Amino acid sequence: MTDNQYYYAVARIRSRELGLLNQAFIDQLLGAKSIEEAMRLLQDKGWHMPDSYTTESDRIEKMLASEKQKTWDLIAELVDDMSVFDVLLIENDYHNLKAAVKKSLTSVKHSEIFSSGGTIDPKVMEEAVTTRDFSPLPDEMEPVAEKALDTLLHTHDGQLTDIIIDKAALKAIGEAAKRSGSPVLELYARLKIAAADIKIAVRAVKTGKDKKFIKEALAPCDTLNTEKLAEAAGEGMDSIYDYLSLTDYSDAVPELKKSPSAFERWCDNLIIRNIRSEISHPYTIGPLAAYIIARENEISTVRIVLSGLINDLPEESVRERAREMYV
Amino acid sequence: MGIALALLGAASAALFAGIGSAIGVGRAGQAAAGLVTEDPSQFSRALILQLLPGTQGIYGLLIAFIALSNIGLLGGNVDTSMSVGTGLMYLFACLPMAFVGLVSAMQQSKASVASIGLVAKRPDQFGKSMIFPAMVETYAILALLISILAINGIPR
Repeated sequence: MTDNQYYYAVARIRSRELGLLNQAFIDQLLGAKSIEEAMRLLQDKGWHMPDSYTTESDRIEKMLASEKQKTWDLIAELVDDMSVFDVLLIENDYHNLKAAVKKSLTSVKHSEIFSSGGTIDPKVMEEAVTTRDFSPLPDEMEPVAEKALDTLLHTHDGQLTDIIIDKAALKAIGEAAKRSGSPVLELYARLKIAAADIKIAVRAVKTGKDKKFIKEALAPCDTLNTEKLAEAAGEGMDSIYDYLSLTDYSDAVPELKKSPSAFERWCDNLIIRNIRSEISHPYTIGPLAAYIIARENEISTVRIVLSGLINDLPEESVRERAREMYV
Repeated sequence: MGIALALLGAASAALFAGIGSAIGVGRAGQAAAGLVTEDPSQFSRALILQLLPGTQGIYGLLIAFIALSNIGLLGGNVDTSMSVGTGLMYLFACLPMAFVGLVSAMQQSKASVASIGLVAKRPDQFGKSMIFPAMVETYAILALLISILAINGIPR
């Protein structure tokens, strides 16, 4: 479908954007004195309240899962070929691959380790890993699954397995974004990969990994020189700050100095700020992609706020973690 | 040959402006349907915005009528001996409406689609939302005016 064929879809999304949570609502949610008050505010906004649940966390997770599903149901109604949005779902597939590989070597029986919303059924993934028949998996995932499983079998190094899969996931996200032909999704993938590489480099410094390991772990990135980032990570945090201050991500430096959660927040806010221009695009796939990202962003913010309420965290500490809203 | 050229001009005005309007109204109609799916109370507003790119087709039809009338095709007293020069004059007189009609209808539909998005977000701004696509109409009206003046200026 070319961009010019999204007139109907974008008009519907424009109406739906009215229901997105804005900053004022998040402030109101942050000010809620109890989980019940917060849930009532969300219910007034049209958020689904689950009828049955075991614990408060279960109730929240069911509500968030239902909201996520609502978004994808709407998009499935509007777009014939959903593969254009693979870039937003691939992460779940690779998360499930990681879970399947680790599950195959442990006695874990829980199915909750799998995340819903990927492009591949977790059962297919589990079956492929258990039987070592990777043919049902997408072509680009087959060698990754095999390599990750062999690595875990031979080295029992979970971290190394994670690195193999995470790097492949980032590469797949970048390729899916290019295939989508949507500037918004390409931008999303670019920022996602850059943020992931920065996180990998920072974590590597903190865990004392060597340069070879870091180079192996970093995914190819259009906006960062991974060679230089790996070099900097090999030297320490200050070198990472020095390198980043010369890139498009210089604003990340003060956030990295604050805390990992401040950096995570900065990454998500950066994506939201960059896609905000889609609010005024009348007929491309961009507003649809931006709507999905905005919904994911508000769902993760609501999770942060509600978790804060459950765990009695101070409002200020939760506020620091809450993301910027799209509208 | 002259009458064929004049007829080509009249047909072009109706054809190209009509094509532009059909594409434009269809395009804006999709957006209008999207808005009404979410908010049926916006039907009348969406309909007005959808119809705006339809005017070029009417202008094209008007020019075709005037041209056909002047060359006698409507009254039954067609001038088959019309010179090539006169035929060309009719053809060129119709071209402003044909081409400006086609392009303006398509561009106006984009403005209409954007305005439908505006109404979806701010229904109270409907008045302003109509102005944006209506601005494109100016150029269709200018072309209509030139085509009418040119056709009426051709010596019979």
